[in-house]
Amino acid sequence: MLTNILEYLEGSADRYPDKISYADDEKQLTFCQLKMIAEKTGTGIADVTGDFPGNLPVMIFMKKSPDTIAAFMGVLMSGNFYVPIDVEMPIQRVSLIIENLDPALIICDGDNLEKMEKASGGRVPVRQFECLSETPAEPERLKKIRELRIDTDPAYAIYTSGSTGVPKGVLVSHRSLIDYAEHFSEASGFSDTDTAGNQVPFHFDASLIDIYCTLRNGATMVIIPVQLFSTPARLLEYMDKWKVTVIRWVPSALGMVSTFKALKLCRPSSLKKIIFGAEAMPTKCFNYWKSYYPDAFFMQIYGPTEITGICTYYIVDRDFDDDQIIPIGNSIKNSSVFLLDEKDCLIRKEDANVIGEICVRGSGLANGYINMPEATERSFTQNPQNDRYPERIYRTGDLASYNERGELVFASRKDFQVKHMGHRIELPEIEAAASGMDGMQSAVCIFDEKKNRIIMAYVAEALDDICIIEYLKERLPRYMIPNVLKKMESMPLTSGGKTDRMKLKEMLTG
Amino acid sequence: MEELLSILKEIHPEVDYDTEDGLIDKRIFDSFDIVTLVGQLTEEYDIEIGPEDLIPENFNSAESIYGLVERLMEE
Repeated sequence: MLTNILEYLEGSADRYPDKISYADDEKQLTFCQLKMIAEKTGTGIADVTGDFPGNLPVMIFMKKSPDTIAAFMGVLMSGNFYVPIDVEMPIQRVSLIIENLDPALIICDGDNLEKMEKASGGRVPVRQFECLSETPAEPERLKKIRELRIDTDPAYAIYTSGSTGVPKGVLVSHRSLIDYAEHFSEASGFSDTDTAGNQVPFHFDASLIDIYCTLRNGATMVIIPVQLFSTPARLLEYMDKWKVTVIRWVPSALGMVSTFKALKLCRPSSLKKIIFGAEAMPTKCFNYWKSYYPDAFFMQIYGPTEITGICTYYIVDRDFDDDQIIPIGNSIKNSSVFLLDEKDCLIRKEDANVIGEICVRGSGLANGYINMPEATERSFTQNPQNDRYPERIYRTGDLASYNERGELVFASRKDFQVKHMGHRIELPEIEAAASGMDGMQSAVCIFDEKKNRIIMAYVAEALDDICIIEYLKERLPRYMIPNVLKKMESMPLTSGGKTDRMKLKEMLTG
Repeated sequence: MEELLSILKEIHPEVDYDTEDGLIDKRIFDSFDIVTLVGQLTEEYDIEIGPEDLIPENFNSAESIYGLVERLMEE
């Protein structure tokens, strides 16, 4: 039985030593090269963190490249866990994460060395990947480090938006990751003949498919340059050039192609599997793709970061009209997904159209949030259906119901979390950042589902849109910057004196 | 041009459109902004922007966007 995700790397390096593993236009690494670089880097990391006890956080601040994957593998070789951070993240938010995470080491590429030294304030060692990966490998030492590891040890942590203003680090074990790669490979038929066209950033768990199904199955993953997603015809030419067979994209990326009807200019001929998830898939967009790929395998997947990226899936096996919703399907093998109503009573599959919270049991459950015991306790709770023995479930905060076929259909959120361009955003985090601005009296965000945009209303006599955007850009990632700002004389209030969000939403979207 | 500038300013008020010539190359406009912009242009000028028009050369500056709109209006 597998207990460490690195066994995938070693297995593929044995079976496919000279095959390209991860590639972009500048660099291609074979599985054998990847393993060698991981061993060198792992040795270099252990020189900084020490060989024991391991399980320390190592932050990775590198632009997307095959080297970044090698850095992840290097961290795992050293017996620690990796934490990938968006290189475009403003330095103030990086500092918040450093404070919460307390990393043992930060690894960056040459371009980001200065930025990281500033963000760490000299409290955390910062090393350049290019130097670490030149360390002479010590396989015997790495073997001893590995012998101490168990499968519930953490493999990575991914930071998501936090409603208090501080991002939350979701910690995931080797066991959860192996469970994911095994069952997702099986459900999707991912194999060594596949070439994945990677769209999703590595600091986002939707990229696990590309990274780990490639690693497990000895496939190839090519990184598609992000700017191509603004120019759909060139994007499709690029996929055709690399003979991409499988894509796992967020619906917004698929939407760029369908909105501009770009497949008529270029239809990548090798594409066979189209997998989507992380936000609602507009059925019109799905039907557009389907019309060009009538025989392709289409799969919708669902699952938050806290359960390792996927807990349900639906292989699209029937036709949908543009105004029908594509279901999120049923549990993936070895996960158990169920709905609880407001009184924590189980909603049965036969009770079609009754809405409840999606809850999950299984090996995919994350270990919890880093240094946030209260938030962990709130979301990872005892299964209320079980009073005989301790059993942890994850409460997603997502609402869904069963349809007449017993398939789950996503409904909405319980709180103020929204999905925008595939990103998970807590609106209160944006409000918290804006409220910190001198002269800001009140800032409230609402999400306009129809136009898919974040609108922030604010009350501040001396401030204007431009200075607020400049301020937020220094504190929030770009996908969290409101798309529309609206200066107000005052906020609408409820009879209790709180901001009336419903009224505000009507005023701004009606 | 005035009309176009007000559309652009609504999407990114902080950009200096007189001098900026890397809206796409520098990723000042991401794919979401492009969808918003193209939607507005299509409506405002009653033109059709096809996938072949969606290249960085046409969208890197206010001036090049203006050129594209003029060209498509003549067609």
